[in-house]
Amino acid sequence: MKKLGELLMGKDPFEEILMGNEAVVRAMIETGTKVVTSYPGSPTPEIAAAIQRIPEDKRPFYFEFSVNEKVATEVAFGAALDGNLSCAFYKSVGLNVALDSFVQLGLMNIIGGMVVVIGDDPGANSSQNEQDNRNVYKMSRVTVFEPASPREAYAYYKHAAALAVKEKTVVVLRLTTHVCHARQKVKFDACKKSIPFKTDFNRENGPYIALTTMALDMKRLSIKKLHRSEHYIKQMGLNTVMVSKNNHGKGIITSGLTCLSVLDVLERSHYKPDILKLGAINPLEKDCILSFLKTHDPVLVLEELDDILELQIKALAYDHELKTKVMGKQSDEDFVGEYTPDKVMDKLSTLWPDMITKGEKAAVLPVKVPERPAQMCPGCGHRSAFFAIKKALEDTDVTVADIGCHTLGYMPPYNIGEILLCMGASSGMASGLSLFNNKKRVVAFLGDSTFFHAGLPGLINAIFNHHNITLIIMENGTTAMTGHQDHAGREIPIEGLLKGLGIESILSCDTYSQSKLTDLVKTSLKIKGLSVVIAKHPCMLKFTRLQRKKPGFVQTHITIDQKTCDQIHDCVERFGCPTFIRNPDETVDINLDLCIGDGSCRPSCPVKAVGFDKGAK
Amino acid sequence: MKAYNIHITGVGGQGIGLLSQALLRGIDHAGITAIAVDTHGLAQRGGVVVSRIRCGQKIHSPLILQHSADLVLGMEVHEALRGLGLALKPGGTLVYLDVSWQPLLVRLGLNSEIGAKDIEIACKTAGAKAIKVDTQSMEDSRMQNMALLGTIAKKKLIPGVSKENFDAALEDLLTGDMLKKNRAIYDAYAS
Repeated sequence: MKKLGELLMGKDPFEEILMGNEAVVRAMIETGTKVVTSYPGSPTPEIAAAIQRIPEDKRPFYFEFSVNEKVATEVAFGAALDGNLSCAFYKSVGLNVALDSFVQLGLMNIIGGMVVVIGDDPGANSSQNEQDNRNVYKMSRVTVFEPASPREAYAYYKHAAALAVKEKTVVVLRLTTHVCHARQKVKFDACKKSIPFKTDFNRENGPYIALTTMALDMKRLSIKKLHRSEHYIKQMGLNTVMVSKNNHGKGIITSGLTCLSVLDVLERSHYKPDILKLGAINPLEKDCILSFLKTHDPVLVLEELDDILELQIKALAYDHELKTKVMGKQSDEDFVGEYTPDKVMDKLSTLWPDMITKGEKAAVLPVKVPERPAQMCPGCGHRSAFFAIKKALEDTDVTVADIGCHTLGYMPPYNIGEILLCMGASSGMASGLSLFNNKKRVVAFLGDSTFFHAGLPGLINAIFNHHNITLIIMENGTTAMTGHQDHAGREIPIEGLLKGLGIESILSCDTYSQSKLTDLVKTSLKIKGLSVVIAKHPCMLKFTRLQRKKPGFVQTHITIDQKTCDQIHDCVERFGCPTFIRNPDETVDINLDLCIGDGSCRPSCPVKAVGFDKGAK
Repeated sequence: MKAYNIHITGVGGQGIGLLSQALLRGIDHAGITAIAVDTHGLAQRGGVVVSRIRCGQKIHSPLILQHSADLVLGMEVHEALRGLGLALKPGGTLVYLDVSWQPLLVRLGLNSEIGAKDIEIACKTAGAKAIKVDTQSMEDSRMQNMALLGTIAKKKLIPGVSKENFDAALEDLLTGDMLKKNRAIYDAYAS
């Protein structure tokens, strides 16, 4: 098999097993997408990883990680106004950050066309909520395609690009976590000749200033564009009916991965309702839905998260005075979680017990398996930071978390970080908590990538409104949580920026210097007003991976001198590196599979029983 | 071929991604339709990783209904037992590595550690077949996944998929020294 980068760049048609996220990149290349922007976030970072497998000088398009999703959207939009087909992609909650710009896109005559790929996360696998962004698409009057598999992710991106170019508009490709990460064999087409970059911006193509009455005229145009999208959806047959010989008159309307769950469940049923699978979920293609409603009764609308399709389909049935019974969400729980085959099985076996009965029962386990929450990695600088910072904090102090690997500090044994909203929110929340508060000191945490992404406004607010908080910037030099992507810190040192903002108290040290960090935080907490501590250490996961690739690398480890060890358990219980093993006899050992020999744990031992080996296994 | 479901589980960092891809490609080399998906959330940070592979006819979603996996692969004992409870169908097979990465609550002294004995008992109760794979002598733990792949190839656990198919899959995925080292371990467990 060729390397991924070569495969994606191939001129001829080919067939290969790829992830949904990777298949999207081939579609970008085939459609002549010229500018691609992103801010890293699950479930879409593998799109960027696949792009980066193509050497920069061979990439047929410009790619950047922008400082946040809003800027990514704006850069892609600007490039499209120059006549280039562009694409921005990000995680579900990234749309909240991008929203101010995103809602305007539908109003604009985007001459190059623009595709926005957004990965929703039903089940909140790696997000702070499972928001249904379909709510936003209706408001923004954008066309949305929803694939169910890697094959469709590839095909629907191409449809999205074609429509975006044809209508000079924006089209959203709505992915969900398990479509992004699914792998299957996909047939790819040939690649046409490369298209040159364009710089054709002309205000005559506008209007591009949506102010006063102009905003209403532009809205009228956006409504017309949606009508034309509906026509395209019909022409291309993006919504499909799967007919069964034995349907008992029933029908199901569904979309995306939920449709595949339905198909799996129906493999076990006594009869099979017909299915209308919507590949385009905004605007809805009224004709095909009406004809399905007229030929089936009852019709069940099966959609995960919110009741977006259901309410529109019920309204359609009402307007056309149809007698068909349309069903959808029936309990609060129907609004929660991913519509996995299990969830769909529960729903269908409850609603139509004559059609299907639930399958196998669980194996009863003889013991309870302890949960396994995510942990900071062995050697993580954040662990040293939390261990040191905890010594500087009083029980009454309030700690405010932010998004990033350091969010994991909220768990035992550190319990640092008691409130979390979203990217960059810590300084603002901390400022509010500090008002009229002379009893509790307030400490906010912020990662370095997040500092640039959305952390700056909260910090600047704290400066000019004179809030009394201590901000600890957890600087590991990368966007670690999503897989070590680049960020603005490469060009802009945080400390210099803080000085430029006029912050008087800026203290900084490496987190492995634990006692120094404890002192710096103590000093900082005594200062009235805003004070900042920068707690630095490079991401050790990234660092270790690089070290291992060097020739002659020998892995060292920590050792425990069992004669010296008093089984105080500070290493395993308070420092909490996953490398420590607690034996049933209360002795402590090292998991050599995990230990990276960094030694950051050594200060945690009161009797100095932790040492180094010379590098065995 | 009838639908065949595989549930693979372990801890982030154990190399489940490569194992899952090698299985998927091996199945594809055997000419059998397949689809797979990884669920990793924050797995890179030592959380649970689950990968599923479905192959054969009449498969749609890459996700598997509970208690309908024909084969559960556990890279770690706690996760093997969890996977058995969640995914394995009655009469199915569990192949697991006798490796323990203690979860937080065990390290804090609040829960007991799971061992191979717990798994043997659970498999007996559930009417499942258990195959324990020993990797104590292995030098690089990051290649423990190859011990599972080798065992699957040796015992022909996936219907219609031969050792040659997995050989070809590894050739697809790895090159140079990495291929050589992984192949050596895989071959040792496959023969």
